[in-house]
Amino acid sequence: MTISRRQFVVSALAGAGAASLASPNLSFAQGSGPVRVGLLAAKTGPLASGGIDMELALTMFLKDRDHTLGGRKVELIVADTAGVPATARTKAQELVEKNNVHCIIGPLAAFEALAIIDYLTEKQIPTLGVSAAEDMTQRHPSPWYVRLTSTSAQCAYPLAEYSFKELKYKKIVTIADDFAYGHEMCAGFQRVFEDNGGKIIQKIFTPLATPDYGSYVAQVKTDADAIFLGTAGSNGFRFLRQFIEYGLKDKIAVIGGMTALDESVLRNMGDEALGIITTSWYSATLDNPLNKVFAPEFRKQFKYDPGYYAASTYLSGEVLEGALKTIKANAEDKKALMAAIRGNNVDTIRGPIKFDEFGNVIGNVYIRKVTRTDGRLVNSVIKTYPDVSQFWTYNKTEFLKNPVYSRDYPPAKNLEL
Amino acid sequence: MKWIALALFAAVALLLPFVAGDFYVNLASQIFIAAIFALSLNLLVGFGGMTSLGHASYLGVAAYLSALMTTRYGFGHGAAALISILGTVAMAAFFGLIALRATGLGFLMITLALSQVLWGLAYRMSGITNGDNGIAGLTRPAPFGISLESPAAFYWFSLLAAIIAFVMMTIFVSSAFGSSLKGVRDQPRRMAALGFNPWMIRWITFVYAGFWGGIAGLLYVYYNKYIHPTSLSTTSSAEALLGVIAGGSGTLAGPAVGATLVLLLKNYASAYVERWNMLLGLVFLFIVLVMPTGIVPGLQKLASRLWRRPS
Repeated sequence: MTISRRQFVVSALAGAGAASLASPNLSFAQGSGPVRVGLLAAKTGPLASGGIDMELALTMFLKDRDHTLGGRKVELIVADTAGVPATARTKAQELVEKNNVHCIIGPLAAFEALAIIDYLTEKQIPTLGVSAAEDMTQRHPSPWYVRLTSTSAQCAYPLAEYSFKELKYKKIVTIADDFAYGHEMCAGFQRVFEDNGGKIIQKIFTPLATPDYGSYVAQVKTDADAIFLGTAGSNGFRFLRQFIEYGLKDKIAVIGGMTALDESVLRNMGDEALGIITTSWYSATLDNPLNKVFAPEFRKQFKYDPGYYAASTYLSGEVLEGALKTIKANAEDKKALMAAIRGNNVDTIRGPIKFDEFGNVIGNVYIRKVTRTDGRLVNSVIKTYPDVSQFWTYNKTEFLKNPVYSRDYPPAKNLEL
Repeated sequence: MKWIALALFAAVALLLPFVAGDFYVNLASQIFIAAIFALSLNLLVGFGGMTSLGHASYLGVAAYLSALMTTRYGFGHGAAALISILGTVAMAAFFGLIALRATGLGFLMITLALSQVLWGLAYRMSGITNGDNGIAGLTRPAPFGISLESPAAFYWFSLLAAIIAFVMMTIFVSSAFGSSLKGVRDQPRRMAALGFNPWMIRWITFVYAGFWGGIAGLLYVYYNKYIHPTSLSTTSSAEALLGVIAGGSGTLAGPAVGATLVLLLKNYASAYVERWNMLLGLVFLFIVLVMPTGIVPGLQKLASRLWRRPS
């Protein structure tokens, strides 16, 4: 069973699958055969749970459409990047050179995307990215890359404003994983929060694999109004559990970034998560017609709510479908396909989206609160920030003159020692 | 018989880019790089009896130096390559001073610790190494004006490098010095009594292995045009060590065969088998059970047994 699962030959044309296996340099005549879509997902290694969700959701999307987008059959080829940059590159080459894909969806981790983007640009492969590295759509954009989800900081901006203006927080501690994603998200949060008049009094970065958060929890300054969780994967959940054990949840409010209390994390939590406010471009409870189809169906099939990862590839499918319709499924014309993707004005499960000139998404960002509905924990939307750009309200040119967000930029001036 | 096989191999190796698609040509280039790396580790593990779990340091440092020199400090590829190799060799010389204070398990732990230090630095000194985002936007060199951008050109370049590496390391181990190295591996006390300096013999081998590790690192960064701290991680060291042991440590061809096997399982079989990690484990289990000395010695034994039976 394992042998053939990856070669998702969903085409009705039996020959196409065999051809992509056997002849590496076979170029198809225009319009013949299916549209070949490559998915780069980490299905083994530490990022596997997200990667598997990405595959499940995209497979479900195609199945619902009978593997036909814009009137043409679509073949999905999934490659496992294992969460390693060098492997991601080999796999990207495999998709391009062996499977002759017309476009690529993924990969998830910033370092995977950064490892392959030069190659994909050189080969002119339209790429629908889901990773968050700021500079991929800022100081080093690629004409062949669009991002449908969010930059690291894009979802943190609205939450920073919301915390100051509506929650009336004045002092906040940030804690995040010690890698680029965490640095960039906290930097963006800090910038907007401090520009509003608040103070970041402490920034903590923890190693990606931290077995015990005890020593970090003990460091947290208890005179803060809230703590901002910029964590990814299961780290937020593990930090929070110890945070509560130390009895800090009654003293300091908890707020979180777009992956901190993702639906995939939430399903392992209990009442201790109730009331926590997070921000994201998606929530399984979003009340729009498309999500009303997607979320219940996903839950029915896999017994849990879709979150960041599942929604990201489903969303990619929707955008791709819109683009293929525009160009009458002539995916061989890659320039037209890319232009159609970028010119998309499609309605999606996250609401209406469009792209800026750098290929980054402009779309709604939702402030969500953990509540209990139908016996399970969900992220209920309490406020919608419409059409949030990666530059927030800042001037684009000024924004791009600054260095990219990092551990030390913008400098934190209000740290309490 | 041996010459026919060699000629056949040479013909296949030379003609591959004309018959195979880009993907397979690129896969073959990666195999050559992994083979050089495994061969250099084999000098320590197989011929020197020094099992190292930190060999990725040399690959990673050479790759990082080259990437930094060309992108950040504006050096040309020739100068950058020279600096990277010199830097890597100097580092190997220094690491040798520390690691060779111990043998056996102690040596293994020290090499592991040193490589972890480098890995941590690559991660944390994000001002220089760009941390977790890695260094992207690298180029390949164009020696004598020949661009290596195409898969075929790079293939021949790495093939040439692999052949030179194989010959140089073969000469190294079959020389008089190579014999004294094997002597030190098997009977260090007796060698000392005979007037040899076991420490010096080990140290020279350590540095020489670091040199070839650095060459593999240069090729690696030219191939990938990107470098990330994972290249310095214990996983990459362990993978190379697995290749050496699976292929047959202490043999000349074994590490190349083992590295090929690991690379193919990782990059090719993973396309067809979802649980390729398990497959990797099963293959190694099979090798350990059936051919505990490695594939190459195992096959040799098998061949000689088949040879004898009819007569």
